[in-house]
Amino acid sequence: MCLAIPGQIEELFEKEELRMAKVNFGGIRRAVCVEYAAGAGVGDYVLVHVGFAISVIDEVEAVRQYEALRGSGELAEAQSTLMVPEAK
Amino acid sequence: MKYLDEYRDAEVASKLADQLKELVSHEWTIMEVCGGQTHTICQYGLDDLLPVGIELVHGPGCPVCVTPLELIDKAIRIAGLPDVIFCSFGDMLRVPGSECDLLEVKARGGDVRVLYSPLDALKIAISNPDKKVVFFAVGFETTAPANAMAVWQARRLGLRNFFLLCSHVTVPPVISAILQAPQNRVNAFLAPGHVCAVMGWREYEPISSHYQVPIVVTGFEPLDLLEGIARCVRQLESGEASLENQYGRAVNRLGNQGAQSLVCEVFDMSDRAWRGLGLIPKSGYKLSFPFRDYDAERAFGVEAVTAQESPVCISGQVLRGLKKPHQCPAFAGQCTPEHPLGATMVSSEGTCAAYYKFGRFAPLEKT
Repeated sequence: MCLAIPGQIEELFEKEELRMAKVNFGGIRRAVCVEYAAGAGVGDYVLVHVGFAISVIDEVEAVRQYEALRGSGELAEAQSTLMVPEAK
Repeated sequence: MKYLDEYRDAEVASKLADQLKELVSHEWTIMEVCGGQTHTICQYGLDDLLPVGIELVHGPGCPVCVTPLELIDKAIRIAGLPDVIFCSFGDMLRVPGSECDLLEVKARGGDVRVLYSPLDALKIAISNPDKKVVFFAVGFETTAPANAMAVWQARRLGLRNFFLLCSHVTVPPVISAILQAPQNRVNAFLAPGHVCAVMGWREYEPISSHYQVPIVVTGFEPLDLLEGIARCVRQLESGEASLENQYGRAVNRLGNQGAQSLVCEVFDMSDRAWRGLGLIPKSGYKLSFPFRDYDAERAFGVEAVTAQESPVCISGQVLRGLKKPHQCPAFAGQCTPEHPLGATMVSSEGTCAAYYKFGRFAPLEKT
C-alpha cells in the first residue's frame, strides 16, 4: 500500500492549477502530481505513490550507498559515468 | 542508475548475509513495520538468508489489513446507495465485511470503481455532477498527502459531490503501542521508508530514546532490507539504541514539509480503531473542521454496526509480532486469500497473505 516507485521526470506541465509531470517508469509513462516535489525538474528521479511524487531521489546519496553496499571501489568509475544526466 | 535493480543484486545480498553472520552472537527479534517490506522479505526469501538467531517479525503496516470491520461495513452500505459512485484502491474491494465485500456490491449493480489515484476520483466527480462520488481514503502517512490534495482541490474547484470515507492511520503511535505491550518481544524496528519520506524521521527519535530500542529507517529493495537489518544488529550487539537512516536516497530528517503542511490543514489527529489491535489514541487522521463537508461518514450518516470478527483468527497477535501465520489453526485451510477470515489475509501486503503466496506453511528450518 505504501508502495512508491522511482521514475524520471520527462516534462512539466500544469493542469487545473496543479503542477504535474510526465514521468517515465522504465518505459511506461504517466501523469504525476508534483506539487509536493518542489524544485524537481526534468531529468530528476522522483518516488511516486498513488499519482503523487513524495520525494526527489538524492542521486549522490543513492550512488554512495550502492557503492558502500558493493564494498568495493571497482564500480566507482562505472557508476560515476551514470551520474551524468541522461539525454533530455 | 534506475534506483531499483541496483538494490536487487543477488551477489551483494549474499555478501551482506555473510557479513551478518559475523555480527551475531545473541538472539534478536526485529520487526519490519511496513507490509511492503514484509512482501519483499517473503518474495526474495530474505529471512532464509539470515543467520540463526535473527528472527524477523512482521508489523501492522498494512492499512488495508488494519481498517476496522465497522468501517468496511459502512463502505459497503454507502457503496450500495443508488446515487453513489464508490471509488477505492483495488485492495479494499475483497476485504470481507460482516456480510459481504465491495466486490459483491459491484456484482449486484453498485457503481464501485478501482482507482490508481484520488485525483482520478475528482475527475469522476467533475464529469458526474448528478452523482455523489466517495473515495475510500485508507492509508498511512505516505498516502495522506494525496488524499489531502484531492479534498483541497475539490474545495478549490467548488465541487459539492466529492467525499472521503476516511481511515487514515499513523505509524509512531502503533510502534509505541507494540513496545508498551507486556508480552512485547521486538528488540529493534525497521521503520517504513516511504512513510518517513513524507514525515521525516524526527518523530522516531523520541521513541528510540524513550524505549531504548534501535530504529532504522529502511527502504524496500532486498539490499535496503538486509542493510537495515545489519544496522539494527550492529546496534543491538553493541548495546546501543539510536535512530539511523538507511534510506538516505529518499528520506531526510524533516521529511516533505510541503506535504506535511497540507495534511495538517486538511486533517486533524484522531483516535483510531485498528483491526486486530483495538483503539489506539491519536493514531490517525480525520477531516478537519473546515473540511467537514467532505466527510462521507457525516454526509451519509450511516449507522455504526456491531461487527463480529472470526473467533479462530489470530491476526491481532500476528500484527503485534507475537505469532507467525503458520501458528494459526485456520491458516491455509479455513483461511485463504480467496476466503480470508481476518485482517492479515485480506490484502496482498498482509503477513498471512504473503506467507500463503510464497508457500511458507511451516517454520523456517535453519542449521
